[in-house]
Amino acid sequence: MGADKKPIIQVINFTAAYGDNVIVNNISFEVYRGEIFVILGGSGCGKSTVLKHMIGLYEPAGGEILIEGEDIAKAQGEDRIMILKKIGVAYQSGALFGSMTVLENVRLPLEEYTDLSPEAMDLISMMKLKLVGLKGSENKMPSELSGGMQKRAALARAMALDPQILFLDEPSAGLDPITSAELDQLILRLAKSLNITFVVVTHELPSIYTIADRVIMLDKRIKGIVATGKPQELRDHSPNPWVRQFFNRETESDAIS
Amino acid sequence: MVALVHAAFSLRQIRWKDVFLTAEKMGVNALSIIAVINFLIGLVLAYQSAIPLQKYGGQLFIADLLVLSIFRELGPLMTAIMVNGRTSSAFAAELGTMKVNEEIDALNTMGLDPVRFLVVPRVIASIFMVPILTVFGNLFGLIGGGVVMLSLGFPIVTYVNEMVSAATYIDLLVGLFKSLFFAIIIAGVGCFEGLRTKTGAAAVGESTTSAVVSGIILVIVLDGIFGVVFFYIGI
Repeated sequence: MGADKKPIIQVINFTAAYGDNVIVNNISFEVYRGEIFVILGGSGCGKSTVLKHMIGLYEPAGGEILIEGEDIAKAQGEDRIMILKKIGVAYQSGALFGSMTVLENVRLPLEEYTDLSPEAMDLISMMKLKLVGLKGSENKMPSELSGGMQKRAALARAMALDPQILFLDEPSAGLDPITSAELDQLILRLAKSLNITFVVVTHELPSIYTIADRVIMLDKRIKGIVATGKPQELRDHSPNPWVRQFFNRETESDAIS
Repeated sequence: MVALVHAAFSLRQIRWKDVFLTAEKMGVNALSIIAVINFLIGLVLAYQSAIPLQKYGGQLFIADLLVLSIFRELGPLMTAIMVNGRTSSAFAAELGTMKVNEEIDALNTMGLDPVRFLVVPRVIASIFMVPILTVFGNLFGLIGGGVVMLSLGFPIVTYVNEMVSAATYIDLLVGLFKSLFFAIIIAGVGCFEGLRTKTGAAAVGESTTSAVVSGIILVIVLDGIFGVVFFYIGI
């Protein structure tokens, strides 16, 4: 597992709201270096919202989010870019730039942030694409790729600058079970070989059992965290029946009977 | 706006490849429609004015009317409206789709400012291309008028000489000066409507509509303001 107990991300008394509509209220958690941390919960519980705050897209309505001790929401200019270089984000839809080839997509962060020669940039981009198993597709346009390939290409782009933390928003949503399992293995391999910290938002149970070192579970009824821990333990020993239902994939009536 | 000003001082950071690509799409590819529309405007304007001017035996003055109205007003305005319909909508739809598809978020989390990355190249391309298209628009408008003059029995040389004596470079430059501002409005409104897109496919449609509508209104209002200002300062 390789996770030492030093937090790389600290979320402290964090509140997220769209206008007056509070999504999560006053939650705190930590992500440790090298672990695969999963944020999960039912639909509409604010998983993606929490993730989008952690990557600095929105400003928290309260509390703070620290990445290696620095507040991502308050950082400006160069400081902000320094923090952003430490993270990579693979979006739910892939969010590849449609006007560029796969290779150009991966090259873009390198072009913007390094002074490497074009050959070196191509070489690095190709390496990243090879890492995610997309060798041979580098000159295709994103629209020519299948859903799974787009997600892997997005992962390659997120890794272009060798970030310490990778954020994945629903990496296996909409993928067939085999592709989804391959993606899980890829995440495990990257976490182990490159010691990258992963923060993953998902509610795919098989994937959670395979990859997660630790999970937090959000519940929209209390607008906060209902459970924290290893997924297997929560499934078998959580005191909260709703959490056990979630992990056992039962309906509420199943649990009562 | 701050990013645009900033871009002016950091030429190295501009993505020139995107500028040229956009210039090709919005400029070169728009040439045929600009030519046709302005040709027809010139043609129609000449025929319409031929009837009243004939009463006074002043058909030759069609040339004066054409060159002044096309250089100062119709060339820049019709070109701007065409480019607005063609390009502003395309910008809004493209950036709107990128927003919906989380591509704008992706730029943000890469630390790339969407305004610098997407808006600045488009505005620069527009500033280059709209005046050039306006020059072509002017030319085709005058050719349209020339066809009418020929059909009314005037030789081309008479038409051209009459135009040269009627118009000055100032008239041409006034039109081109306006087209620079139209260019900024067209690209700016299109891009910002695109970036303001909310979620979902319907939102992209709304952004596109609103880009075209506000673009045309702003272009015409600005043209009106210029008209009044130029009248009072006497050019």
